[in-house]
Amino acid sequence: MSNTLTSQHIDIEHIRSQFQVLHQEVNGKPLIYFDNAATNQKPQRVIDALVHHYQNDNANIHRGIHTLAERSTAKFEETRKAAQSFIGANEAEEIIFTKGTSESINLVASSWGRKFLSEGDEVLISAMEHHSNIVPWQMICEEKGAILKVMPINEAGELILSEVEKLITDKTKMVAFNHASNTLGTVNPVKEITAMAHAVGAKVLIDGAQSTSHLEVDVEDLNVDFFAFSAHKMYGPTGLGVLYGKRSVLEKTPPYQGGGEMIKDVSFKGTTYNDIPYKFEAGTPDIANVIAFKEAIDFIQELGKDNIAAYEHELLEYGTEKLSQIDGVRIIGTAQQKVSVISFEVEGIHHFDLGMWLDAKGIAVRTGHHCTQPLMDHFCIEGTARASFSVYNTKAEIDTFIVALKDIITKFK
Amino acid sequence: MSESIQDIQDEIIDEFSMLDGDMEMTISYIMELGERLPEMGEDNKTEDNIVKGCQSKVWLKAGLDEGKVKFEADSNTAITKGLVSLLVRILSDKSPQDIIDADLYFIDKIGLNRFIGTQRSNGFGAMMKQMKIYGLAFSTKTQNA
Repeated sequence: MSNTLTSQHIDIEHIRSQFQVLHQEVNGKPLIYFDNAATNQKPQRVIDALVHHYQNDNANIHRGIHTLAERSTAKFEETRKAAQSFIGANEAEEIIFTKGTSESINLVASSWGRKFLSEGDEVLISAMEHHSNIVPWQMICEEKGAILKVMPINEAGELILSEVEKLITDKTKMVAFNHASNTLGTVNPVKEITAMAHAVGAKVLIDGAQSTSHLEVDVEDLNVDFFAFSAHKMYGPTGLGVLYGKRSVLEKTPPYQGGGEMIKDVSFKGTTYNDIPYKFEAGTPDIANVIAFKEAIDFIQELGKDNIAAYEHELLEYGTEKLSQIDGVRIIGTAQQKVSVISFEVEGIHHFDLGMWLDAKGIAVRTGHHCTQPLMDHFCIEGTARASFSVYNTKAEIDTFIVALKDIITKFK
Repeated sequence: MSESIQDIQDEIIDEFSMLDGDMEMTISYIMELGERLPEMGEDNKTEDNIVKGCQSKVWLKAGLDEGKVKFEADSNTAITKGLVSLLVRILSDKSPQDIIDADLYFIDKIGLNRFIGTQRSNGFGAMMKQMKIYGLAFSTKTQNA
């Protein structure tokens, strides 16, 4: 992360003016939206692109020869190219559109896993995975008689690399973990662990749901085999995600679902499959959302990942410092490298009460186990409250949040 | 003769109407009600008595005394405890049949739908269902006795 860039490079008023949703009152108070790790808000250009598509271009893609079909197809494929360049993939064909990170991971677990996992093989995940990167692997491991192992973390919420090294053996066939933790904010050493995995011939899948809107991602440099992420966590539409896979790996991976688009020829005797990426995109895809997604990518690219990362890091440090000064607040996840996510608990106040109170004051945070129950068990807690920041949040909002939190704490004394 | 389910609901609607829909005042009041809920003994907070919500725990115990169902309840969160106290206030000390027939319209009237809407998160909706199930169970028991 660049230390030379500061918030000077971010024109916060201009950015906020692009998000109408932020300019409203909730329970009589100006909305402060700190639930960005769950989904962040969409700039007007994304919404405009959706409307424009339906008003002007709507047609089914790839097969039609008429003008609207051509136009829609061209725009759809432009997003594929934008996503390719966004994550530094070699070819656009390595970008597969899915419903989201969960489906991307399910695709790999079910298609790659079914072909390449056998009894006694090991799949390695981390202790800080979202259920989406646990359950699909449990399911395929159970089916194939493979063994699921877990990379442990320390009290700060960082992977213990010396233990990871011991767990990666000749039996390891897949190492799947997140780039950044949705609950703790921890940024994981993807490159290092990928090198360890590749040294024993294992493949690597990265859950990038929490990293793509915050961190520079270069899949070629990271050298991962699969990288999964969601549009809606990076200012894009809901219901859409991406699976990146290396061409060499995707070509050997069987199709996920059957249907239109994914075939070359069909007869009742048998079917030959289309080339990548289409062999993984059965049925009519989410055309309008894919087209609008390009605007979200452009929004990030135009602001500049370095600028975003530097600004969000300022928010993270500011929020962490302010929260730490409050008696009875404990921050869960204190890794050296973090994205702008702060999970915390307050002594004597249940996270559910905290979330309800903050909402009454117009502040949206997430409470609960954040779909990471095994991680909650690790910290011996039931859940946390989580504030997560995007590029449109401000230090002034954090100040308001801190005042609100202090007031809430007095109500429980 | 204790007040009817309808009377108590109307009372609650009256009380909440004074809060003017202000969310902070509403939550404060709900918490205050929770604090007034009679203690449930720790030995009754068993796995068997848990009504599961996603984010908060609710314990509910029921017994039959002279044809009336007596509810005891508690929660590990202050707001849910207040909500739970409302249900206990309305449905405790009523006959099984009255509990089965109860139309809990107060929720809508005092703007607590959102607490029901998120029943996944606080166990309030699950608790209402469980109270009705107790009503049904005790009504069968009374008829068979």
